[in-house]
This record gives sequence, structure tokens and C-alpha cells, in this order.
Amino acid sequence: MCTTCGCGRGEVTIDGQDADASHEHVGADGMVYRHVHQHPRKHSHEHSHAPEGTQARWVQIGRDILAKNNMFAAANRESFEQHAVLALNLVSSPGSGKTTLLLRTIAALQGKTPLGVIEGDQQTSLDAERIRATGAAAIQINTGKGCHLDAQNVQQALAVLALPQDALLFIENVGNLVCPAEFDLGEACKVVILSVTEGEDKPLKYPDMFLASRLMLLNKCDLLPHLDFDMQRVIENAHRVNPAIEVMQISASSGAGMGPWLSWLAREHAAVRARRAENCNAFKQPFL
Amino acid sequence: MHEMSLAENVLQIIEDAARADGFHRVRKVILEIGQLAVVEPDAMRFCFDAVVRDSLADRAILEIVEIPGSGWCMNCAATVPMSDIITACSLCGGYSLQATGGKEMKLRALEVE
Repeated sequence: MCTTCGCGRGEVTIDGQDADASHEHVGADGMVYRHVHQHPRKHSHEHSHAPEGTQARWVQIGRDILAKNNMFAAANRESFEQHAVLALNLVSSPGSGKTTLLLRTIAALQGKTPLGVIEGDQQTSLDAERIRATGAAAIQINTGKGCHLDAQNVQQALAVLALPQDALLFIENVGNLVCPAEFDLGEACKVVILSVTEGEDKPLKYPDMFLASRLMLLNKCDLLPHLDFDMQRVIENAHRVNPAIEVMQISASSGAGMGPWLSWLAREHAAVRARRAENCNAFKQPFL
Repeated sequence: MHEMSLAENVLQIIEDAARADGFHRVRKVILEIGQLAVVEPDAMRFCFDAVVRDSLADRAILEIVEIPGSGWCMNCAATVPMSDIITACSLCGGYSLQATGGKEMKLRALEVE
């Protein structure tokens, strides 16, 4: 976070490059201050605090706090729809096995479906390196102190990733079951991954994430014989929060249960392609 | 703690409004936060105070108006109050509730000079 103005910009990097190095503030004297965040971040700027002695008045705003994020999300969604890209926002606690799931998924789809990965972590490019080692395209976003990806981060990453038409895009969000629930990235849907080592109560403890997701993947099921984990209860808890959520049991490390997940991906991707084809046909209709 | 991002967004909306409306200081900020929004009011206050430091809203009073949560019960075909998103229907005790109100996060108004 910028210690002078309190803003968090200047910390997000995309493959190690500053994503947004400068921004503006309007000072108390009405002057617009534009300043640049670069490392080291020490900088100074002046703001006048002279009493103005003017009359107070009310200004009605009525604007959604997330309006800017939602604007970027809408642009991302439109771009995905135009290019028949199925974009999935993978959300979970840290350590649920998202990256291992992606590696297993990429291995199954490579050569059949074009795909790309956007990796979100506070620090390091370790996950993107793991993905790139498979030969798949991956971009790492480091959010610095940020606890989630936002739609603008994704738009910036997409410009670098240059996905082909008809691709699958996996956005691996920052491991956090709270904040990413609130930020639309323009994805087709969120997929929440819950590892069975985390306990059955997670859907009730962090309900917003399970409400925001269309599919719950219960991962690390190969460990079930060693755990006291009540499968029925976790599914009931998830359905209590979100009656429509789909549930699949998998093990990304052993590969068990990958079939239904891959079928789900194929079905969702086909739906995206069909919608695009429909839109193209509608566009081609002659005016009567 | 996404309240920090939310507070930054609030400041950005304030700065846009200042440019459009020509005010140069903000005394009071009124937010509408739904009961079912993923926002902790205390965290929001803490982040807001940090984010607006040295801006035109420095030391502005933050007022948070809570909008009550409500949901549509599919069993009862009725709108019932919801205090959180895992609450049961107050009529039938079931969980077939779909939140219909109380998710908002809005900057309602500013007192400016």
C-alpha cells in the first residue's frame, strides 16, 4: 500500500512488470496530483489543508462501489463471448490443490483444446512456472498485499496472454475463501475447490464463496480412507448455502474422478461456442 | 481484507465526482452496505480512514447505512427477512432462500464544500 496516500496501487505486477504505476488524486486545493509508484516507493507530494470557509452542501452519488470493477468485468465477458472462450474463476483456500488440478487438466486437454492460465498469488511466479513447464501459456499476476484478483488485473493479463479463439481460460485466483467472492472477473462461472482435509463446515463458515460458485470440486479424495470426513454432510452444507451448486469428487493427484470434470468442461465450452455461433448467425440475418 | 480495495474504489468515485461537480473537500461520506454484502463495517471504517488520508476526503466522517437483507423462499413463495446468507426461512424453517435484497454496496451521498 502507498504509505503517503493509502492507496494499494503500484503493487500489482503482471509477470513481474508494474501493472499500474501511476494514478491521480485531487488535493484539498482542487489541484489534481498525479503520482507514480515505482520501487523504491518513497515519494512525497503536497496537499493544501487551508480552511476554505465555504458553505457545505450535499451531492447525491448513488454509485455502486464496485462499478469500476464491474465495468472491466463486463468488457472481459464480452471479449470471452466474442471469441468463444470459456473462462473459469477457480477459487479456494490456499493449498486446496488448484494448481495440481490445473496440471492434471492441462495434461488431459493438451493438443485437443487451446488453453491458457492466469495465476494470481500475492508473491512469486512459482505457479505460473509450474504451468509453463507443461507447455501451456500462463501469466502470473502478483497482487502484492492484495487478497484477490480484480477484473482490471485480468484484462491486463489477457493483453499479454493473447488467447486464441475457442480457448479455455483458467483463472486461478488468490487462495482465499472470502474476498474473491465479491469480485466479478468476467468469468462464465466460479468453481470452488474444497479439499477434504479442510473439513465439512467450510461451506457454512465461508458461505459467500459457495453461493457465488456454480460447481464445487471436492479434491484430495484419495485421502478419504485416512480422514474422518463426512461426505454427505459437506454436500448438505453446500446445498444449504446454494441449492443449485453442482458437486464432484476428485483427486487431482491420483486422477480419480477427472472424467466427470473433463466432461463438465467440454459441456460448458460447447455451450459457450453454441452461444457465439447463435450470435454470429443473428448478426448475419438480413434486415427485412 | 478486500475492504481496502473497496475503500480505494470509494475514493476514486469521490475524486471523479469532485472533478465533475467542482467541490474540493468532503466532510461526510454516506455508504449503503447491505446486510448480506461481504463487507465488515469496522474493517471498512479502518480502511477508509487510511485510504483517504491526505486526499480531499481526509478526516471525512464515514456513515454506513445498513440495508436489511431479504430473500425469496421457494417453498413459501414469499419474501422473508434474511440476517445472513445461511439463515433459514422464518416461515417454513427451510433453506430454499434466494437473497433478493441486502447485497448492495453503494456510495449514496457526500457532504462537500
